[in-house]
Amino acid sequence: MPDVTLKIRRYDPADTREPRWQEFVVPVGASMTVLEALFWIQEHTDGSLAFRYCCRSSICGSCAMYINGRYRLACQTNLSHLGVDTVTVAPLPHVPVVRDLVWDMDDFFEKYEAIKPWLIRNSQTPDTEVLQSPEERHKLNMPIDCILCASCYSSCPSVWGEQNFLGPAALLCAYRFEVDSRDEAGKERLPSWDNERGVYRCHTITNCIEACPKELSPTEGIQWLKGSAVRRRLLGRKK
Amino acid sequence: MPFHQLIVVGGGLAGLRAAIEAKQAGVDVAILSQVHPSRSHSGAAQGGVNAALANHPDAADDSPQKHAFDTVKGADFLADQQAALQMTTDAVPAIYELEHWGCPFSRFDDGRIAQRPFGGAGYPRTCYGADKTGLYMLHTLVQQAYRLQITMYVERFVCRLIVEDGVCRGVVAYDMTKGGFQEFRGDAVVVAIGGAGRTYSNTTNAVISTGFVSALAYQAGVPLKDMEFVQFHPTGLYTTHILMTEGCRGEGGYLLNKDGERFMARYAPKAMELAPRDITSRSIQTEINEGRGIDGKDFVYLDLRHLGAEKLAERLPGTRDLAIHFEGVDPVYEPIPIAPAQHYSMGGIDTDVDGATRMEGLYAAGECACVSVHGANRLGGNSLLETVVIGRRAGAAAARFVQGKAAGGGGAEGAAVASLEAEIAELAARDGSEDAYAIREEMTETMRIHFGIYREGETMQQGLDKLLAMKERLKRAKLRFTGGVWNIDLIRTLELEGMLDMALATASGALAREESRGSHSRRDFTARDDERWLTHTLARYQPDGGAPKLEYTPVELGLFEPEERKY
Repeated sequence: MPDVTLKIRRYDPADTREPRWQEFVVPVGASMTVLEALFWIQEHTDGSLAFRYCCRSSICGSCAMYINGRYRLACQTNLSHLGVDTVTVAPLPHVPVVRDLVWDMDDFFEKYEAIKPWLIRNSQTPDTEVLQSPEERHKLNMPIDCILCASCYSSCPSVWGEQNFLGPAALLCAYRFEVDSRDEAGKERLPSWDNERGVYRCHTITNCIEACPKELSPTEGIQWLKGSAVRRRLLGRKK
Repeated sequence: MPFHQLIVVGGGLAGLRAAIEAKQAGVDVAILSQVHPSRSHSGAAQGGVNAALANHPDAADDSPQKHAFDTVKGADFLADQQAALQMTTDAVPAIYELEHWGCPFSRFDDGRIAQRPFGGAGYPRTCYGADKTGLYMLHTLVQQAYRLQITMYVERFVCRLIVEDGVCRGVVAYDMTKGGFQEFRGDAVVVAIGGAGRTYSNTTNAVISTGFVSALAYQAGVPLKDMEFVQFHPTGLYTTHILMTEGCRGEGGYLLNKDGERFMARYAPKAMELAPRDITSRSIQTEINEGRGIDGKDFVYLDLRHLGAEKLAERLPGTRDLAIHFEGVDPVYEPIPIAPAQHYSMGGIDTDVDGATRMEGLYAAGECACVSVHGANRLGGNSLLETVVIGRRAGAAAARFVQGKAAGGGGAEGAAVASLEAEIAELAARDGSEDAYAIREEMTETMRIHFGIYREGETMQQGLDKLLAMKERLKRAKLRFTGGVWNIDLIRTLELEGMLDMALATASGALAREESRGSHSRRDFTARDDERWLTHTLARYQPDGGAPKLEYTPVELGLFEPEERKY
């Protein structure tokens, strides 16, 4: 395998320089991922490089980045599959950068918390499990696979334009609970997403679907929520 | 300086469950975590969590007692039997609790929680959510932590325990986002930081699974127990060591050698692919060593093709994605190249069944702790179980402890931070004639080669000597970057000394234990020796830099008579 050049977006708040691109040459093994290349640079070339990491197996959601102009998990992106000599690596766009490839996720998680992301029950808790048919459980398949990597959040023009907007990930989670047959939130969770910062700011641009490294569809969940709001508010239905 | 009655270090399943229990008991509790809790390595657990719910048609007469027997037998009788029974008894309400909190377990047609067969289990008792059980459990507990408004300090790297007069009174943490160090004082600390898998080069574990905070407790005088028992998971992806769940075999997957033979028939004729992990990993390694790996190489196949695309989509969707993305193989059409990989630390900080350590004010739970409920070999599905069961018990015990004492505080505020800063200045001023990352790589390779699936006295002694030399060499390695914010170099350099101490505890315990038991398999002592070695190892840290001092403490028996393990 030939060497690959990683062109990395650098930024340090302690540095008076503007954000800039810096190139690193990395010897690429048979199956080196972008994350492994970042570690190689951090260990061999530049100890100051900053990036988030954890599981390196595409389940923790730490390492979503903007790689060669696309939203990708660095750990899931094999350099040899990109088929180019130079790979650009930047933090997720449209979000505040802390340093290098690390950005400030506080707003993202505050919005997640704001939709009351937990099961709400009013009935008496049974001694054993609350029953749920495989068909009812099947409805959760898509939204529960979200790993909170925030690719969708960074890709959404409605988030860029309105900082207060909850964004696709939080709303996908609202959908995950509202669609759960066990959830009895009634109108308790509704005000958190059925408002001016909620579902109506989604204009079905569907960038989120394209950006999601898990191939989920926040748009689908948000559209269901919009329908549900209408069903509840205008038709008096439960969901 | 922040004060919370209880400080929980680690935001994975065990830490979250402990914090939830303490919060519900009215305690002011805060979690400190190196990553946002939703990113914890608990989320990488796949196959499931064991509890004798008896939901499966073939498991109508399952019970916590039978679950405990399987656990103890799987442990090669090194588990403490009352503790194992406590865990399997607590298991049933623990699963229902998770379900009531919204955990999306897969379901049987009757609407009850689905259960699948797992290795070493007499009944299908492993509850699961497809093959992302850890992710679903983790998100469920993170969500409960939000509901209960538990304070979470995110991206704080704990680098010191504050111990005063033999009592643990808090921690010092590096604030990754803002830079700088901060004391967090409490009346008690729960350590729940996971295992030390990254001491091995061939591990399924996350990059943050270094055991670093366990090493801090160890350096402060708390013994590590049974560190020589290291689990190798039979099915790590060949090139990346990423986990392929035991659920693959639970759902009927085969292990095949180069002749296409289901070789487990020769090692575990009854259980076949569902033998416990130690036996299955040794079987694979033996096939490889005897030249029956695929194309004579050091891997075999995990074959799921006969399960069909539909079953894979329903039960093992994550497995398929991982194989495609990380190995370039689609399990619907091709067998998956796999080899055993380090997966789990059975050993850890010595605790009782309530997570209490031998230091006042210090508790530990989850993989970083050793109760011991897993003994010499953990059964698949018992680690997720341990996190929530022992996590809850540790949270309750710590809550009782802090509520029984007057408000803490005291101590010389700022002293711990000042001494840490001095140490880091010294790190940055070294000559740098050694390279910390080169030492890290040598350490992980030494552990793989000298303390792997099969072990032998002479090679272990060599490995131990290498590790001791590395500790000396590390004193000449220099911190490369001194910047304040998101300094990964600082984290990874600090981590390494602790990792070396964890590795040394494993190495010393393994060399001393002259028998084969569970995951500890010696070519020079091939039999289990209950006469001499039915005993827990305690490793005591030696501040002079030498190998740990080893002590031994009895195993709690009383329920099941030790017998030969046959599957």
